[in-house]
Amino acid sequence: MIFDPTQILDYTLLVLMLVVGFAIVRMRNLFAAVMLTGVYSLLCAAWFVSEDAVDVAFTEAAVGAGISTVLMLGAMLLTAREADPVSVKRHWMAFLFVLVAGGALLFAVPDMPVYGSIEAPVNAHVGAEYIARTPEDIAVPNMVTAVLASYRGFDTMGETMVIFAAALAVMLLLGFGGKKKEDQE
Amino acid sequence: MNPHLILRVVSKLLIPMIVVFGFYVQFHGDYGAGGGFQAGVILAVAVILYALIYGMDAARAAVPPSWAKWGAAAGALLYMGVGVVTLFTGGNFLDYDGLHPDYAHRAGQHIGILLVELGVLMTVVSVMLIIFYAFAGREPDMSDEEW
Repeated sequence: MIFDPTQILDYTLLVLMLVVGFAIVRMRNLFAAVMLTGVYSLLCAAWFVSEDAVDVAFTEAAVGAGISTVLMLGAMLLTAREADPVSVKRHWMAFLFVLVAGGALLFAVPDMPVYGSIEAPVNAHVGAEYIARTPEDIAVPNMVTAVLASYRGFDTMGETMVIFAAALAVMLLLGFGGKKKEDQE
Repeated sequence: MNPHLILRVVSKLLIPMIVVFGFYVQFHGDYGAGGGFQAGVILAVAVILYALIYGMDAARAAVPPSWAKWGAAAGALLYMGVGVVTLFTGGNFLDYDGLHPDYAHRAGQHIGILLVELGVLMTVVSVMLIIFYAFAGREPDMSDEEW
């Protein structure tokens, strides 16, 4: 079972994500760190594809690797290129927090359903209902779109409003429009 | 002599393909992976790539910031407007079945999903561009040494 090629791919991707995560933490050059977050998102997207979550992988690749890398670069241009070294004492505090949080997560692992189990809550309740009823209710081949836009239209409307509110907040905080041009003239 | 000749030529070839791919993702969302969110981000990336290579002023001329401002609000209004229209066609809010009389083929659902995804697309493209313009507009373009 352990020699299943997709499983080996999954483990390889997860290990690579771990390595990139440590590299981001150790990196003092902010430009390299921003680029590595993009790499991390791409690895994450590849892992989602291997888990058959193509829609999520698509979003992760476009938003995580594309947009947020560019926005982080834009933010980095406004600050320094190198991060200050952090004192050792601070490291220990952070390590303690990580240890406690990681311990709590590991404590919860035995309660999780087996991966892919048909009795898992995601597969047992509404999920099965959606899969059974989408062909006659919505008649759209992609069930993710059917759930996203029709069954859960309210949720998607809320998400759209959240994004809209984010743009409003950015405009109110940073200002918007041809300010830069006025400065130049 | 232009220092980024290769980047310019390659991006000139790539940007139209990125835009076409964005629209494919948008309008093929019923059949394959994708939808308004992903397509919106891809279309915004095309403009952002243009801005990175040709400078902020060229991007502002190609896609004026005021379009983004109107687009964000119009997309959100389109989404909610579909919900209000469905109320008048006898269904619940965002229940698309009443949008088209052809219930046997669920045509109302298809129209509703298409319109709603279009609203999402408009909002996402505009919001990504608003955030990018707001951040990138604060600093002059990257100097050549920093590439």
